[in-house]
Amino acid sequence: MEQMGFNSTVIVLWIITGVALLVSFIADRRKTRASLIKGLKMLWGVLPLLLGVLALVSLVLAAVTPEMLQQVLSGSGPLPFFAALGIGSITLMPGFIAYPLAGVLQKLGASTPVLAAFITSLMMVGVLTLPVEARFFGWRVSLLRNGLALVGAFLVAVGMAWVLP
Amino acid sequence: MKERRKALSAIGKLWPWVMVAVVAGLWTYGRFSGELAFGLRAGESLQYFLVEMALVLPPMFLLVGLFEVWVPRELVERHAGRRAGVAAIPWMLLLATVQAGPLYGAFPVAVSLWRKGCAPRNVFIYLGAFSAMKIPMLTFEVGFLGWSFSIARTLITLPVFIVIGLVMERLLPAAFQLPAASDSDAMGDGVRLS
Repeated sequence: MEQMGFNSTVIVLWIITGVALLVSFIADRRKTRASLIKGLKMLWGVLPLLLGVLALVSLVLAAVTPEMLQQVLSGSGPLPFFAALGIGSITLMPGFIAYPLAGVLQKLGASTPVLAAFITSLMMVGVLTLPVEARFFGWRVSLLRNGLALVGAFLVAVGMAWVLP
Repeated sequence: MKERRKALSAIGKLWPWVMVAVVAGLWTYGRFSGELAFGLRAGESLQYFLVEMALVLPPMFLLVGLFEVWVPRELVERHAGRRAGVAAIPWMLLLATVQAGPLYGAFPVAVSLWRKGCAPRNVFIYLGAFSAMKIPMLTFEVGFLGWSFSIARTLITLPVFIVIGLVMERLLPAAFQLPAASDSDAMGDGVRLS
């Protein structure tokens, strides 16, 4: 299902890019050339760092098995809640792993706040991707944003506990 | 001192490739010995990331290039600048929620917006919406966790990252400058594409 949604968005993204480039090329060849160089240079500049970070994330994802997560996250009390925030913040997990896993955790009795904490911190906080973020925004902004997003994930989880007890 | 700096910069340039080689090596070993499930899993996720990168990053960066060349600064400032009011928020949400892909694909867009005069709060609202409210991802969430969970989570998350945007803008000094390295003209220096 995500694959479908993802694929169609990717196709639309490529079509929009192609049409935009074509229109730009017809309007002004020199400007289009300048924009291509800008875009590709930016991509090229961040590519090695991104590759390294993604390889690191792959190793971490391989080390943390779904069984381990189920054990840590499906108990009761405050511990699974904070574990969900912590684990969600360290790893950057693609939706195609995160949602099915969250679905399984839900069936195994993980509470709504734990699931919300896990999903939200997974999406908004990424310690391993910090070097990439810092390349664009600087360390100060990146650390601030991730710190605030972690607090945000906590608040979302608390809100979920309140709305969907 | 100079040699030390040289060594550090060499490590900085080499480590990504070493990491990729380690994953590829573990995967190959697991593939042929049939013993190392860890290596196979790592290789499979790296493969997924690479495909995702190849599909999403080129169009994103090309669009950023076009945006930088064609969109006038006044336009961004008027709709999403420091003096633009709450009307900027729907624009940011619209821009973010129709996109796909991982959060790092949104960083170049965010930096570009910022450089064109978008207020920091709106940049972070964009990033928040991109990370937690993308429509293709929401359809997936509904499938696994149900409508009530997804709708409640989205509605609670929205005000949270609007507040995060406002707090970020407050915490950053007015004279804050983005790192020069994130400029599209400075990035990837030493690489000749023309």
